[in-house]
Amino acid sequence: MSMAQTLPTNAQAAPAKPRPRVRLLPYLLSLPALLVCVAILVPFVTAAVYSLQRYRLNLPYLRGFIGAGNYIDFLSDPAFWNTFRVSITYTVLTVVLELLLGLGIALLLRRPTRFHNAVSIMLLLPLMTAPAIAALMWKLMTNPSFGILSYVISLFGVTDFKWASDPSSALFTVVLVDVWVYTPFIMILLLAGLRSLPRQPFEAAALDGVPASFVFFRITLPMLAPYIITASLFRLLDSIQQFDIIYAMTQGGPGDRLMVFQVQAYLEFFQYTNVGRSAALLMILWLITNILSNIFIKNWLRLRARAHGHA
Amino acid sequence: MEHSSLAGRIFRGIALTLILIFFMFPIVWIFLMSFQNNDQILRIPPRILFEPTLANYEALISGQLRTAAGNLQISFMRNLFNSVVLSSAAVLLALLLGVPAAYAFARFKFRLGETIAFTLLSFRFAPPLLVLLPLSLYYQELGLNDTYFGIVWVYQLIALPLILWIVRGYFEDISPDIEHAYRLAGHSWREAFTRIAVPLAGPGIAAAGLLSFIFCWNNFVFALILASADKQPVTVGALAFVTASGIQYGQIAAAIVLSVTPTLLLALYAQRYLVEGLSLGAVKG
Repeated sequence: MSMAQTLPTNAQAAPAKPRPRVRLLPYLLSLPALLVCVAILVPFVTAAVYSLQRYRLNLPYLRGFIGAGNYIDFLSDPAFWNTFRVSITYTVLTVVLELLLGLGIALLLRRPTRFHNAVSIMLLLPLMTAPAIAALMWKLMTNPSFGILSYVISLFGVTDFKWASDPSSALFTVVLVDVWVYTPFIMILLLAGLRSLPRQPFEAAALDGVPASFVFFRITLPMLAPYIITASLFRLLDSIQQFDIIYAMTQGGPGDRLMVFQVQAYLEFFQYTNVGRSAALLMILWLITNILSNIFIKNWLRLRARAHGHA
Repeated sequence: MEHSSLAGRIFRGIALTLILIFFMFPIVWIFLMSFQNNDQILRIPPRILFEPTLANYEALISGQLRTAAGNLQISFMRNLFNSVVLSSAAVLLALLLGVPAAYAFARFKFRLGETIAFTLLSFRFAPPLLVLLPLSLYYQELGLNDTYFGIVWVYQLIALPLILWIVRGYFEDISPDIEHAYRLAGHSWREAFTRIAVPLAGPGIAAAGLLSFIFCWNNFVFALILASADKQPVTVGALAFVTASGIQYGQIAAAIVLSVTPTLLLALYAQRYLVEGLSLGAVKG
């Protein structure tokens, strides 16, 4: 990590160049990326400052520092706790379902036959569909009057199911869309992981006639663990920040049934013009994601080092 | 697994069929719907066989939508054009900024480099609204609100980390000895970079570019906040379109098909690289 170190090997063999220029080079090359970082950091710091202010766009003369006031208000605010609860429920449900389903599919497609590869490529398509558009697709399919899914469940005798427009089934419906879009993500990462596992332990287990369930729980799962952790953390970080699917489907409704963090913050800002409260909500979300992403980055770096062959 | 029983094979067959139906059906169904008129869509029970019509696409392309309340002018084609412009410009800018930086991070060990690389990576996971909401206030003051440049700049949040980390992995996999040999022959580092390193990392750069194009195209929240109607990409445009066109379901389906077709085709074309790209190079496919 020394600042003076430049070319990793053979540095002395390189043709005589003025040394200071070589030392500056990495900084010059990464300067543009640095500028982008700075440009993003400014609004980030601004948001932190806003979160400590009473700041409403429609009442500019009331603006002023109130310290942790916005945060303290949350403690006794049922709307905040609703947001917190809905976000956590949504995150846990989507990640658990996607992990189980994604792992199952990856195991089914494990052998690299042409058919299995074709299936895994087809499953990429939902993942490459814009989540906001995916929500619109499911909205058309779950329309109570003509939606194909409403028709299908009516064949099973369920006639009064209102999908996203009923508070009791709204969460189920958006979770379904999330599962449709993002399960392939987990599947693809785990499939790559499964196929990169060494063969010897499995061959040895097969020779010894070890039962399949034992192989799965004692060999496959432990060896796959780093991939499972990385994939779930990836999803966890995205899922707790879900905005597109929920906003496109119900805008957080019906009522406040799907009021997750970012949707709530968006409405605080644009509907109630309460910048301070919106920023405080987002800071809390950022704190949660920051803790998660630190765990994530550690895991991910380890996997990455292994994939690039210098573990 | 190699010698599974008949029952096992039947189970796997059924499971794979159900999985394919669940994940493929929505795309197929919306595609079929986009060729139906409203009477055909509203028919119960729905039919798989119908007389296809191109009326929905014609209405979208001409911008004249027939609704219950009369003709409505909506330029969905404008949204499509915006998506192309915004995503292409964002990826080009990210490649210009990101590839040299990725090279620097791969070849030189310097503290600032790691800091930048990790800052960008952590932005990938920060709530986008945290940056966007204050930014929208700044943009209003700077006059960047609702400009292509302003939106392309924010799209760097999506494209730059992706390009930086994927391309860095590719540069790290190329032995520096080749470049050293080339430089011993009297070439400058710039020549070594443009003639040796970049061509060798070419597939990685192309994959990172394609993936970031897809992610920029699919982004919704950035333009929702920063763009007005005539700068909006398809993701935001389609939502506005649903509100405006009301019950013209065939036209909505056609708008959805037009919005997703480019990314789905790109994804099929680049599927080889998607695994690596999606995990930012943590899993080599």
